[in-house]
Amino acid sequence: MMPHLPALQIVLPLLAAPVCVLLGHGRFAYGFTLVISWLAFAISVLLLNSVLEGGSISYQLGGWAPPWGIELRVDPVNAYVLMIVSAIGAMVMTYARPSVDREIRAEREYLYYTAHLLCLAGLLGVTITGDAFNIFVFFEISSLASYILISLGSNRRALVAAFNYLVFGTIGATFFLIGVGMLYQMTGTLNLADLAERVPPLTGNRTVQAGFIFMAIGLALKAALFPLHAWLPNAYAYAPSVATAFLAATATKVAIYVLIRIYFTVFGADFSFGVMSLGALLQILAVAAMIVASLIAIFQNDIKRMLAYSSVAQVGYILLGIGFATVTGLTGGLLHLFNHALMKAALFMALGCVFYRMGSVRLEAMAGIGSRMPWTTASFVAGGLSLIGVPMTVGFVSKWYLLLATVDSGSWWIVIFVLASSLLAIIYIWRVVEVAYFSPSPEGAPKGEAPLTMLIPTWMLIVANVYFGIDTRVSVGVATRAAEFLLGGGL
Amino acid sequence: MEWPGLYNYWIVVFLMMAGLYIVIAQGNLVKKMVGLTVFQASVFIMYITMGKVTGGTAPIIIPGDNIVYANPLPHVLILTAIVVGVSTLALGLALIVRINEAYGSIEEDDIEKEEQSAR
Repeated sequence: MMPHLPALQIVLPLLAAPVCVLLGHGRFAYGFTLVISWLAFAISVLLLNSVLEGGSISYQLGGWAPPWGIELRVDPVNAYVLMIVSAIGAMVMTYARPSVDREIRAEREYLYYTAHLLCLAGLLGVTITGDAFNIFVFFEISSLASYILISLGSNRRALVAAFNYLVFGTIGATFFLIGVGMLYQMTGTLNLADLAERVPPLTGNRTVQAGFIFMAIGLALKAALFPLHAWLPNAYAYAPSVATAFLAATATKVAIYVLIRIYFTVFGADFSFGVMSLGALLQILAVAAMIVASLIAIFQNDIKRMLAYSSVAQVGYILLGIGFATVTGLTGGLLHLFNHALMKAALFMALGCVFYRMGSVRLEAMAGIGSRMPWTTASFVAGGLSLIGVPMTVGFVSKWYLLLATVDSGSWWIVIFVLASSLLAIIYIWRVVEVAYFSPSPEGAPKGEAPLTMLIPTWMLIVANVYFGIDTRVSVGVATRAAEFLLGGGL
Repeated sequence: MEWPGLYNYWIVVFLMMAGLYIVIAQGNLVKKMVGLTVFQASVFIMYITMGKVTGGTAPIIIPGDNIVYANPLPHVLILTAIVVGVSTLALGLALIVRINEAYGSIEEDDIEKEEQSAR
């Protein structure tokens, strides 16, 4: 059993999806999906443990040795991302039942759970595979599933949002595919470890450079890097609450992980950040994302949309850290990858609780909600504090590392923008706090908390936000190991 | 190398740009899907082109010397990508059907207008 964990990590949810369709009944499908999600989480924790203790694992599918066969590879970087994705998957599933009941028609519920399992399988597959083409295939599995998740939203605009996401997502994936083709043309291999050896000597080659640009742009589209984020706000705003919480915390993170893999492992930091001077570009785009997206977020009345724009800003933070290409910067970026997943999942889950009771997450609907749903509102505020980066929360830890990296690299001007963006975050979170606590409740507004099965997972994530903000040994330790690993050029 | 030398790649580039242009310029959702499919098809042709070896035969062992084999891997890869493309197209068209049911139109402008008036 143990040696087959890497394969089980993707095979389990992938095979569970058709079983889920056969179960065909909301309650059974839910129980089944819940068990599978937690099993996937358990597997990823075991994988992370064994990688941290025993070094990278290479799993040869079908016993065919790489580079000819397809390889699954687990190392400190992707074991970390696998853990994030499956942890959020398990948490969101624990939370999902009442919310899905409320927002999706009963006869379609099992399809929702199936799409969730497929999306999970795809995201885990992208992360774990050591084969460039398989990244594309798993990307498409997860993307197709996430288009379905989004289109199941109760507002008809969800359909248009899903369609737009489909167009953008397909263009992004196809660009990635073109890049993979160009690299294959020059090196004759698709294995990432093999590419990492054969690409660096060829980096003077025009085809390889074009491949790099195609891959970078395709993945930037998937990761919603400013200014390629146009699909994101509507997709997150109109998807069912559960889908938003899951996708916001995982989908863009996985795309960023692949970007890191391509930049650091396949092409090497020297080429990506030296010859192609990606660092400066990433920093400019990241700063633009942090400021512009935060400014737009301030003017949103739909709170889900507001948080969606804030996600674009947070992607900026992650890419800012990566743009430095130093151990501190990369640690900050990877740390924020983890922390942003924690805080955004918690915030969107809190909003799901609001939607469950109010049927809306517009600012008007939230008037006086602080006294009617005290626990939900408190969790939103706690998540918001983490988003702002108040000390004792995870948001502070990652911003601290990002600022350290900024100061190290001597780009003082970026410090100002990071702080300014945090101030903007205070403004948009404060708008909600003000309406929730200091406005009178409208007549006849629905009262009462969301069900405990929704509140408890939300609060577990809030507790995690605070816990990892105080005890940083685990998160910073793993992120530092991953950053050192990436810059050490190993695979 | 004479001018039209690698003309297959020119076809690929032309189809790629034409496809992207259709996706961007057309307001009709079905036409957008057509553009997306043309765009993807250009990538399929690119892979097939690079797998072609002049005078090469299928990779089946034939007795004799000096037999040139073509690389089968790009074709296999692109079969997978075609399947992905077909499923994306199917899902996109299914979404268009649902959009048509919800809005009574598949023109981007009409949908936008409908949303503005509904607000």
